[in-house]
Amino acid sequence: MELNAKLPEGPLAEKWDKQKFNLKLVNPANKRKYHVIVVGTGLAGASAAASLAELGYNVTAFCFHDSPRRAHSIAAQGGINAAKNYQNDGDSIYRLFYDTIKGGDYRAREANVYRLAEVSVNIIDQCVAQGVPFAREYGGLLDNRSFGGAQVSRTFYARGQTGQQLLLGAYSSLNRQIHLGKVKMYTRTEMLDVVVADGKAQGIVTRNLRTGAIETHAAHAVLLCTGGYSNVFYLSTNAIGSNVTAAWRAHKRGAYFANPCFTQIHPTCIPVSGDHQSKLTLMSESLRNDGRVWAPKTVAIAERLRKGEIKVTDIKEEDRDYFLERKYPSFGNLVPRDVASRNAKEVSDEGRGVGASGKAVFLDFAEAISRLGEDTVAAKYGNLFDMYYQITDENPYKQPMRIYPAVHYTMGGLWVDYNLMTTIPGCYALGEANFSDHGANRLGASALMQGLADGYFVIPYTLGDYLATIGPKAVDPNHPAFAQTKKDVEVRVAKFLSMKKGTKTVNEYHRDLGHIMWEYCGMARNEAGLIKAKGLIQALKADFWKNALVMGENEEINFSLERAGRVADFIELGELMVDDALMRRESCGGHFREESQTEEGEAKRDDENFSFVAAWEYTGENQPEKLNREDLIFENVKLTQRSYK
Amino acid sequence: MNLTLKVWRQKNAKTAGKMVTYPANDISPDMSFLEMLDVVNEGLILKGEDPIYFDHDCREGICGTCSLYINGRPHGPKQAITSCQLHMRSFYDGQTITIEPWRAAAFPVVKDLATDRSAFDRIQHAGGYVSVNTGGVPDANEIPIPKPIADEAFNSATCIQCGACVAACKNASAMLFVSAKISQLALLPQGQPERYQRVQNMVAQMDEEGFGNCTNTGACEAECPKSIKLTNIARLNGDFLTAKIFKSEEIHA
Repeated sequence: MELNAKLPEGPLAEKWDKQKFNLKLVNPANKRKYHVIVVGTGLAGASAAASLAELGYNVTAFCFHDSPRRAHSIAAQGGINAAKNYQNDGDSIYRLFYDTIKGGDYRAREANVYRLAEVSVNIIDQCVAQGVPFAREYGGLLDNRSFGGAQVSRTFYARGQTGQQLLLGAYSSLNRQIHLGKVKMYTRTEMLDVVVADGKAQGIVTRNLRTGAIETHAAHAVLLCTGGYSNVFYLSTNAIGSNVTAAWRAHKRGAYFANPCFTQIHPTCIPVSGDHQSKLTLMSESLRNDGRVWAPKTVAIAERLRKGEIKVTDIKEEDRDYFLERKYPSFGNLVPRDVASRNAKEVSDEGRGVGASGKAVFLDFAEAISRLGEDTVAAKYGNLFDMYYQITDENPYKQPMRIYPAVHYTMGGLWVDYNLMTTIPGCYALGEANFSDHGANRLGASALMQGLADGYFVIPYTLGDYLATIGPKAVDPNHPAFAQTKKDVEVRVAKFLSMKKGTKTVNEYHRDLGHIMWEYCGMARNEAGLIKAKGLIQALKADFWKNALVMGENEEINFSLERAGRVADFIELGELMVDDALMRRESCGGHFREESQTEEGEAKRDDENFSFVAAWEYTGENQPEKLNREDLIFENVKLTQRSYK
Repeated sequence: MNLTLKVWRQKNAKTAGKMVTYPANDISPDMSFLEMLDVVNEGLILKGEDPIYFDHDCREGICGTCSLYINGRPHGPKQAITSCQLHMRSFYDGQTITIEPWRAAAFPVVKDLATDRSAFDRIQHAGGYVSVNTGGVPDANEIPIPKPIADEAFNSATCIQCGACVAACKNASAMLFVSAKISQLALLPQGQPERYQRVQNMVAQMDEEGFGNCTNTGACEAECPKSIKLTNIARLNGDFLTAKIFKSEEIHA
């Protein structure tokens, strides 16, 4: 299939306006004849469900949690970007657009990113109107802070709990529509397949996680707002339940998967300790506003520190290497995440890492505390410091934090056109589930922006165009595709439940997969390693279907069964990620191919050969996926080697 | 460390439950409480036994899913954290740990340690919002809010809807939870137009769900993982009374 991104013609700043005018409308009386399914209730899903219901559409929303408010958007800490220029520091829509395109290492579409920057200002207005308690100045107006990859302060925040407050805003709008009867909400319900009938997405198949009931739901369109796939690495900052199943099932029904290898490794997470760990915890990027990243200057000092012969406070100022400030004087500690992460890895690989494992560097607040006082630092970052203290038993007010990169976000996802539609007509992907706006690296405080932009301000316009085209005739739930897809799901569930003789738990397979991905498809990748990883994943997959142990029955709460399905999908996705990383013989953003670096060790792009979106097409069980290319055309920004020096 | 767990096992709301004893051996003090349960569950699965079901997700204290009653206290022995933030270094080698689900008529058991807290969602449906549609709102800085008021509203808004307040209360009252939402919106200018309607609707739904009454013992505040204050309840009571006395003609219209 020819990929058509449906980008509007004309100058960049007029594209979205033009598109909004050209999109067909559904008249208010007809909207109530349409039915829309929204899967996932994080920022993208809750905002889309509420906004579409407000317009008059009938919405059915699904989440696997016990309440829509539990979605992992809730854990986002630092903030949300918007080009408000409230600080009078030179910000503009164009600057936010430019920073985001550059931050993504020129692997995103200009038109999408510009639209994102444009609607960013509306998001803040909307959230404030809902009663989201953003941080304020003493004059009563909104406060901002800085984030990585930008030299202006455009990040709005609510202490270290911005995601929570934004999600509660969207959740409250969703609740209002549930109360009004315009949204029917299913909790503890997991989507296990998309129903594609006559070439269009017309419904989904779900499993009720409490009763095991497998049901079909019909609608005129299906919106997947199901988040990212960082948990393919087993250890990540995602919630335990975050998974790729909805997106992967859609992929196997015809939705192309774009740039799967573009994953973000966040530089400031609490380091791994021991084998039992179930997840990693992020320390917000906002900490790099005041925290200084450093490591001992020499391997000898680092070794003595690791052995406990000296304490961190014994290391003299001149023996400390503030490596980000040294290498990138103009951005300093606020370089983008991929750059900060790679530098931390480099320092640790040189033997200058700290902590028992040597896989950590310091994030130090001593200077900020002496400049601002402990109270001010606590008011800004108190909850993060508390969280760190809880987990590590070390007081970050008294000694520097130990941090190390961890998988945090996935820029890749389902391929969507400018209208957010996947390659299955009628099936849309919003928020982290799509690939659209962040290129090869996402800037901090942009995930919340994108999730809410898609849900509040893009899909309410673009969905109408499709619905007007297909017309309001009710979807036929007796179309054979519904019964067939439901049967496919039942067969798969039955297969898992037959795996009672296995010898290894599903969790162990997940951990094994995570090790392979982190080792060979993590912060640095090379051809030999990726080829090896592919073999290892294929072997793991074969072993999984032979020896995995799944407990219990269908007709009850059964997390062994739930996890089996998710891990099986992660294994398949892992292989595609490796294929994608192998194909992309360039470095860009979070994708660092060791074969392609500058003399200074920075990521080196190959624009001539790789300035495209890789959209992978499923061709059948155990068949190689087919690569489709969408060339990226840059009319406004000049592609340069990113420099944060 | 080696521990003895006494865990509430219950197949579903319709069957009776009972305490079952399990050993938890070779536990590292650096593990989180839920990671300790993961280890026990892996062992149970390999023995072909039904693993212990508990609700959890983010494992960093913000999603509000985890809900364990540990040694007689919601979220365990430490202040101002959730079960998932509790680490095994808070226990000692050889200790016996009792783990139960939240106990409240309005929170029926789903399985083992998980309860159905959808009553909280229904209270939110009744009025936990400002009725604005997407679009057509004023510029964010057209609504100045004094910093102390904004901070106070934020403090109320940090509630994670976990239900520890109900579990801690001898009456299984939901007042702390409900009042946190009421307070957040009552403090902010955006919440004023529906302020008195909201408090009545949310309290009515709370009563309908079968939560008990508040007798001001303060157990909820003591056990709240987010340190939500009793002053929220005072604000709810004030608004509720005001609504009843002064605005009734408007409210019953």
